[in-house]
Amino acid sequence: MSVLVISEHDNTELKEATLNVVTAAIALGSDVHVLVAGAGCAAVGEAAAKVAGVAKVLVADDAAYEYGLAEPMADLIKGLAADYSAVLAPATTSAKNIMPRVAALLDVAQISEITEVVSEDTFVRPIYAGNAMATVQSSDAIKIMTVRGTAFEKAAAEGGSAVVESVAAAGDPGISSFVGRELSKSERPELTSARVIISGGRGMQSGDNFPMLERIADKLGAAVGASRAAVDAGFVPNDYQVGQTGKIVAPDLYVAVGISGAIQHLAGMKDSKVIVAINKDEEAPIFQVADFGLVADLFKAVPELEEELGKVGL
Amino acid sequence: MKVLVAVKRVIDYNVKVRVKADNTGVETANVKMSMNPFDEIAVEEAIRLKEAGTAEEIVAVSMGPQQCQETIRTALAMGADRGVLVKTDDELQPLAVAKLMKAVVDEEQPGLIILGKQAIDDDSNQTGQMLAALLGWPQATFASKIELAGDKAKVTREVDGGLETIEINMPCIVTTDLRLNEPRYASLPNIMKAKKKPIDEKSPEDLGVDTTPRLTTLKVEEPPKREAGVIVEDVAQLVDKLRNEAGVI
Ligand SMILES: Cc1cc2nc3c(=O)[nH]c(=O)nc-3n(C[C@H](O)[C@H](O)[C@H](O)COP(=O)(O)OP(=O)(O)OC[C@H]3O[C@@H](n4cnc5c(N)ncnc54)[C@H](O)[C@@H]3O)c2cc1C
Ligand SMILES: Nc1ncnc2c1ncn2[C@@H]1O[C@H](COP(=O)(O)O)[C@@H](O)[C@H]1O
Repeated sequence: MSVLVISEHDNTELKEATLNVVTAAIALGSDVHVLVAGAGCAAVGEAAAKVAGVAKVLVADDAAYEYGLAEPMADLIKGLAADYSAVLAPATTSAKNIMPRVAALLDVAQISEITEVVSEDTFVRPIYAGNAMATVQSSDAIKIMTVRGTAFEKAAAEGGSAVVESVAAAGDPGISSFVGRELSKSERPELTSARVIISGGRGMQSGDNFPMLERIADKLGAAVGASRAAVDAGFVPNDYQVGQTGKIVAPDLYVAVGISGAIQHLAGMKDSKVIVAINKDEEAPIFQVADFGLVADLFKAVPELEEELGKVGL
Repeated sequence: MKVLVAVKRVIDYNVKVRVKADNTGVETANVKMSMNPFDEIAVEEAIRLKEAGTAEEIVAVSMGPQQCQETIRTALAMGADRGVLVKTDDELQPLAVAKLMKAVVDEEQPGLIILGKQAIDDDSNQTGQMLAALLGWPQATFASKIELAGDKAKVTREVDGGLETIEINMPCIVTTDLRLNEPRYASLPNIMKAKKKPIDEKSPEDLGVDTTPRLTTLKVEEPPKREAGVIVEDVAQLVDKLRNEAGVI
C-alpha cells in the first residue's frame, strides 16, 4: 500500500519541511503520495509534483482548508487515510495540531516526531527532551506519525513528475473559524532551515540588545533564535524559541550567547554540527556540549566578534 | 460553567533522567515526581476563570497509579475544587488517556477542558487533540491567551511563524503553551484546605475503556553523547577555529 505525506504550505509555496517528510516516507518502501489541502493552492500542487520520489499529488482546494484549521483538515485526512498504510506529516505546529485528531478519528495511535524508520512498523523517537531514544513498534493498521525534520535529509525539490489529482473536500463542521495571524517578518532565513543560528538568552538583558546578534547574523547569513527565558522576558517573539517545547534545530553552526544550557534548551539544538557558547560563567552547562567555548562577558565579546568577522572579510 | 483540567504526574523537569541499564525504560526509582509543567499552567488558567466569575467549579483529573493522588492534591491546593483519579498500574498511551478522559467528560459535562500541550516525559503532544476528536469538539492548541464570550472562545495560539487567533464554539478543548500564564504556588493554608477536598476514584473498567497500548516499546537507549570541546582564549582564536578548523564560516 502507498503512504501519504501531508504537505506544509501557505497556499502559495510548498514549505521545505515537506521535503524531509518525503524522505522518511520513501524509507517506508512504498509509493509516496502527497496531499495539498488549501485554498487557491494549485501552484503548491505543481511544486509537490516536482519533488523527487513522489508518485501522486492529491489537491483538495477548498475555502475550508485555507487556514489549516484542525477540524476540517482532520475530517479530510481521515477520509483519505483508509487507502494508505501510513500518513506522515512534519512535526510543525500546524501538523502537530491536526494529526493526533486524525489518529483518534481512526482509532489508532500517533507516533510523534520520529527520528528514524527502522521498518514499516518500527520507529525511533526521542522522549524526555531527547535524553532517551525509544524504539517503538506499532500494531495499528494505519500508522499516523509526525517526522522530526532535522533527522531526515530533504528530498530533491526538482526531478519528479508526479500525477496531480484533485480530491473532493470533506466539508467544514463549522465549529471553528480563523480570526487573524501576527507573523514575525524577517529577511533572515527561517530557524528550522538556517545553516547558521545565533541565539540569545537571559544574559542579553533586554530586547534592545538583540540587534547586536542580528548584525552578526547578517554577516553569517544566520537566523536569530532565543532561549525560553529570553522569550518569556519579552526580548523577542515566541517563534524564536529553541528547545524541547520550541523549535528543534540542527544547523552547521549554533552560537549560544548568554544561554546557560538547560536540558530543555539543549533538547532543541544539541544535534547541531558545531556549537559555540559565549557565557561569562565557566560552570554553565552549555560548555559541556560546546565545541568551542568562550568564557567572557557577552557585551564585550559580541562586538569583538563583529569586528573580527569584518577583519576576515565577512 | 464547569472546567475540567488534566494533570499528569511526571518526572520533575529538573531531574536529569537516566536510561535503565537493561534498556527497558528510564530510571524512576527514588526520582522526584511533579505535576507536568504545562498542566500547572492549565490549572492556573482555570483558577483565573473562576476568580473572574466565568467558571464555577474546577475538577482536576489524573490517570495512572495511586500516587497521582498527590498530583491532584497539588491542583486542589492551587485552587481546584475536587479531583477525579482514574487508577491503573497499566501503561497508558495518549489514545487511552483521551478515551478515559472522554468517559469522565460524559459524566461531568464540563463546558471547557484545559490540558497541557505536551507531557514532558513522553513528549507526545497528542492527548488534547485526540480528546477533541473523540468528543467532536473544536480545539485550540498551544494557547497563549484565552478570551471567553458567550458560547465562543477566542484563543491566541503560538505557531511556528508567530501568533494565530481562532474562534471556536464552546464546549471546547484548549491546550496550554508556556506563555499563557505564570502558575501560582499553593499557600500553606490552601495546602491544608486541599486535604479535605474530595477525590473520586475510578478504574478504566468502571469507565468501560480498553486501554491496551497500541505501541510496544522495544528498547530505550541513551542518545549519542556529545563531548565538550575546547575553551578558546579570545574572540580572534574563536573566529580562526570556526574558519580554519571547523570550516563553518
Ligand atoms: C516545561 C518546560 C519547557 C521548557 N522549554 C524550553 C524550551 O523549549 N527552550 C528553552 O530554551 N528553555 C525551555 N525551558 C526553560 C529552561 O528550563 C531554562 O529556564 C531556560 O532555557 C533558561 O534560559 P537562559 O539560558 O536564557 O537563562 P539562564 O538559565 O538564566 O541563563 C542565562 C545565562 O547567561 C549568562 N550571562 C548572564 N550575563 C552574561 C553576560 N553579560 N555575558 C555572558 N554571559 C552572561 C549566565 O552566566 C547564564 O548562564 C523550559 C522549561 C520548562 C519547565
Ligand atoms: N495520565 C494522564 N493523566 C492526566 N492527564 C494526562 C495524562 N496523560 C496526558 N495528560 C494530559 O494531556 C497533556 C498532553 O500529554 P501528551 O499528549 O502525553 O503529551 C498533558 O499535559 C496532560 O494535560
